[in-house]
Amino acid sequence: MKRALNLVLPSVGVLLAIIVWWGVSTIVNDLPSPLKTWEESKLYILKPLEKRGEMDQGIALLAYYSLMRVARGFLLGIAIGTPLGFLLGMSRTLTRTFDPVMQVLRPISPLAWLPLGLIIFQKSEPAALFAIAVCSMWPTVINTMAGVRAIPQDYWNVAKVLRLSPFTTFAKVVVPATLPYMFTGFRLSLGIAWLVIVASEMLTGTPGVGGFLWQEYNSLIYAHILLAILTIGVVGFVLDRLMGLVETRLSTVNRVTG
Amino acid sequence: MAFIEVSQVAKTFVTAGGSSLEVLADVSLSVERGEFVSILGTMGCGKSTLLKIMAGLVEPDAGRVTIGGEPARGVRLNAAIVFQNYSLLPWFSALENVRLAVGTAFPEWPRERQRQHAVRYLESVGLGSAVDRRPGQLSGGMRQRVAIARAFAIEPELLFLDEPFGALDALTRDSLQQELARLCSVTSRPVTTVMITNSVEEALLLSDRMLPMTAGPRASLGTPVAVELARPRSASELLHDDHAADVRAYVVASLTEDLRRARAHRDVVRSAGLPPSPGLRRTAVALAEAGQACRRGGPEGPHYVETRTALHVVPEIEG
Repeated sequence: MKRALNLVLPSVGVLLAIIVWWGVSTIVNDLPSPLKTWEESKLYILKPLEKRGEMDQGIALLAYYSLMRVARGFLLGIAIGTPLGFLLGMSRTLTRTFDPVMQVLRPISPLAWLPLGLIIFQKSEPAALFAIAVCSMWPTVINTMAGVRAIPQDYWNVAKVLRLSPFTTFAKVVVPATLPYMFTGFRLSLGIAWLVIVASEMLTGTPGVGGFLWQEYNSLIYAHILLAILTIGVVGFVLDRLMGLVETRLSTVNRVTG
Repeated sequence: MAFIEVSQVAKTFVTAGGSSLEVLADVSLSVERGEFVSILGTMGCGKSTLLKIMAGLVEPDAGRVTIGGEPARGVRLNAAIVFQNYSLLPWFSALENVRLAVGTAFPEWPRERQRQHAVRYLESVGLGSAVDRRPGQLSGGMRQRVAIARAFAIEPELLFLDEPFGALDALTRDSLQQELARLCSVTSRPVTTVMITNSVEEALLLSDRMLPMTAGPRASLGTPVAVELARPRSASELLHDDHAADVRAYVVASLTEDLRRARAHRDVVRSAGLPPSPGLRRTAVALAEAGQACRRGGPEGPHYVETRTALHVVPEIEG
């Protein structure tokens, strides 16, 4: 019964959302209805891996390009963000020094970083990676920092009593204790990286879901905009779920206090 | 000069609200090499802080701690601590927890030897079949066994026990106390041990000397009393022993009655007589009667000693 409800209720929600979409499309002239969207998009969905032109590609291929770009930007972001988080977590002085800088940089939109990236790197691809990394690293920095701060005094005492070297303390105590927090940070960072991809692809015109969306807007094929939007949503949802699974696994191991 | 010398140590904690709490004021004590000393006190009297200062985990505000003639700065080589809350690392198995300690104590050993050493100590506390389990899969008593194995595995010269059995149920506590007494007696050289506890029976069972600590804030130590009983000791013997009864009465008095009475009683303990003050005599008589009742009760069945002033009730299971 409960299992059935778990399937039925979300289906009802999706159905309602489609009905609302259909309702709005009857009022707004240029908004394609769900049926029209399907009719015009089915080539992209049914042949997801077909490459017909630079932007004219199957939706899975476009999503793959975007995902690869996000992966690189995200990895760059957490590669910078995680060590930064550890440093800030272990030193109050560093936190006090860099807190204002962080608080100012954090709310800056990817749209603002991108031109700066283009100036610095002169090319669209590295500029996009720069924008993704710089926008998505903050949750990782902040969560890793909070994780280090939240390590119980007991664990520090254990490290002291066993006279672990600084490296061993870091590898065997600090990192495992911080891992659940780090992964919460990674999950939030990945979410932001995925948000940024659309903006950066729109501005740089590179092939991907965001680039496709912008091109189809300029070509007045509005159904494809909706296709791109739905794709972004579904991929983002799947990414979040996957990271969530890892996160849950990690925190169940660590929640037990020794 | 004694092995551990603590002289005029003071410690004040400043709370987040800005108010300060003077936990320890002018505490001095000494521990001889190979001696097992228990520091007894009620909850929150600052005895844990004192142990952490001796172990080098907390810096005192004033005073000095020397170990083996050298000032104790930081955590010492060859010192092990067993904490009340086990303090195992939850992401490692029992074996890995012990091996981590062995690895830093004997870095020159090959990995396989470190592993075998860790396994041997886990086996010695009866955890041979649980070496690969994580702390989360172990009971409280088993976790504390791992912590004890970890402490002994580095073959310490110095052992600090911070209410090691405080979080355990009475039955597990009894068996672990025996286990600890056995481990202390089988080591090749005598381990100098300082134990913090609020159980008089536990201290009687394990220690050479007991130090009652007055209730904090501004805690200070009472006069130490020697436990002159042969080893191995058993909880049941302690109930019947006159000397144990006197020591128990003195310590309980130190902890519960005012200091003047405790001082008066100290002289009596020295001459092994009965306490002079009415309150103390009542305590001692009650304990003695309870002891006799136990003896009359025969070998089987549980026996209890209960007094209003006794801090700890001892279930006696061995008969």
